[in-house]
Amino acid sequence: MLVLVSYDVSFEDPSGKRRLRRIAKVCESYGQRVQYSVFECVVDPAQWTKFKDLLLKEYDADKDSLRFYFLGKNWQRRVEHHGVGVSYDPENDVLIM
Amino acid sequence: MKKLLNTLYVTSQGSYLSKDGECIVVRFESGEKKRFPVHILDGVVCFGNVLCSPFLLGHCADRGLSVSFLTERGRYLAAVHGPQSGNILLRREQYRKADDLQASAMIARSIIAGKVTNSRTVLKRCIRDYPDRIDQDRVKAAVSILDGCAHRLRSNVTLDEARGLEGLAANTYFGVFDQLILRKDESFFFNGRVRRPPLDNVNCLLSFVYTLLTHDIRSALEASGLDPQAGFLHRDRSGRPGLALDMMEEFRSFMADRLVLSLINRGEVVEKGFMVKESGAVFMNDETRKTVLSAWQKRKSTEVIHPFIKERIPLGLAFHVQAKLMNRYLRGELDGYPPFFWK
Repeated sequence: MLVLVSYDVSFEDPSGKRRLRRIAKVCESYGQRVQYSVFECVVDPAQWTKFKDLLLKEYDADKDSLRFYFLGKNWQRRVEHHGVGVSYDPENDVLIM
Repeated sequence: MKKLLNTLYVTSQGSYLSKDGECIVVRFESGEKKRFPVHILDGVVCFGNVLCSPFLLGHCADRGLSVSFLTERGRYLAAVHGPQSGNILLRREQYRKADDLQASAMIARSIIAGKVTNSRTVLKRCIRDYPDRIDQDRVKAAVSILDGCAHRLRSNVTLDEARGLEGLAANTYFGVFDQLILRKDESFFFNGRVRRPPLDNVNCLLSFVYTLLTHDIRSALEASGLDPQAGFLHRDRSGRPGLALDMMEEFRSFMADRLVLSLINRGEVVEKGFMVKESGAVFMNDETRKTVLSAWQKRKSTEVIHPFIKERIPLGLAFHVQAKLMNRYLRGELDGYPPFFWK
C-alpha cells in the first residue's frame, strides 16, 4: 500500500533541526521524497507498523505535526503529478540507472 | 504470498553505490544521485564499471538481496549473497536426490517435459497467429516431433535417454526458430545457437536474456534454501549453477525466446543497436541493453495463472513458486515435481 507522509517540524527550540533531520532520515529509509517534507512510501502492513513507530519516536507531539494519508493498494490512479520533480513507481517502473 | 519486488539494474558506467540508512544511494560521475529504499528491491544487478561500497554489500547480504556483477555486455562475473540460508536437511536431501540417478531422472523428466511442452506452445502460438507468414508445414512438423518427445517422456526413461530427448527437442525447436522471426531483413536471422561469444544479433539477444533469467532463478532458488549448484539434469561442474540451469529449461522458451522474438518483430531493437568486434563477437549498445532490460522487467510483471497452485501471479514470481514446489517435492510433500506449463 502507499502511505503519504508529510510533516511539519517546529524550529522554535534548537533541537528542532535535529528532529527534522532524524524524521527525514526515517522517511528516506521507507519511501521517496516527492516534495520537501512529503514522502511517498510503498510499504506492507508490517513495514508500516515499524515505520510509524520510528516516526512517532522522533517527533515532538507538542511542537511538530505528522500526517499520514493512506492511499491503498491501487494508488496509481489516485496520484497525479505536474511540474518539476520526477518520481518513480517502486512497483512498476523499471529501475535502470 | 511473496511480493514481486523490483530489481535495480545499474548500467551507467562509473557509478557508485553506497548505503545510507536503509537506502541504496546511486551516485553518478556527473554528481547526480538517486536513492532507493532497500525494501522495494529484491536484487541489484551491476553492469561493467559499477562500484559498490562494502557496507552496502553487507547490508544487502543481510537483507537477503543478491548483488550480481556482470560485464558491460552482460556476461555473469560474480555475485554477493548473504550467509548460506535455509535448511540443511533440505539441502542434504537435494544432494541425495542428485546422487541418485533414478531420482534425478524423475525430476529431469518433469523439467524436460515442461520445456518441451512450452517450446511446443510457442511454436503453436506462432502457427495460430501468423499462419501466412511462416512455413507452416515445417513448423507443424517440428510441433509433432516435440509432441513425440513429450509423449516418450511420460514413460520411464533413464536420465541419459531424457537428456537425449531434450537434445532432440532443442534441435527441432531451434531448427525452426528462424521461422518465428517475422521481420525479414539481413540483420536478424537465426542459424542455430552460438554462444561465448554470440556471433549474430539474435544470439546476442538470447545470451543476454538467458543471463538475466539465470540471475533471477538463481536468486529464487537461494531464497528458498536450495543449493543452486546441485542440479539433476545438469550434472555437477565447478562454478556451474546446475539446478538454476535445470529450472531455466522450463522458462527459456516463453520467457526469454519469445521476449527476444517480440523485440525483433516489433522493431524495438534495430540493427544500429549492435556492434561487431574484430573477433566477430556481437554485442549491443547501451540503448539496446536498456530496451531489453525494461522489456524483461515488464515481462516479469505480466500476470498468469499458475497451472499448479491455481493462483494469479506475476510471471516473475513463478521462479519463486517453482523453487518452493521443488522444495516441497524434495521434502516429500509432493509425489513429483510439477513443472511450469505455460498456456
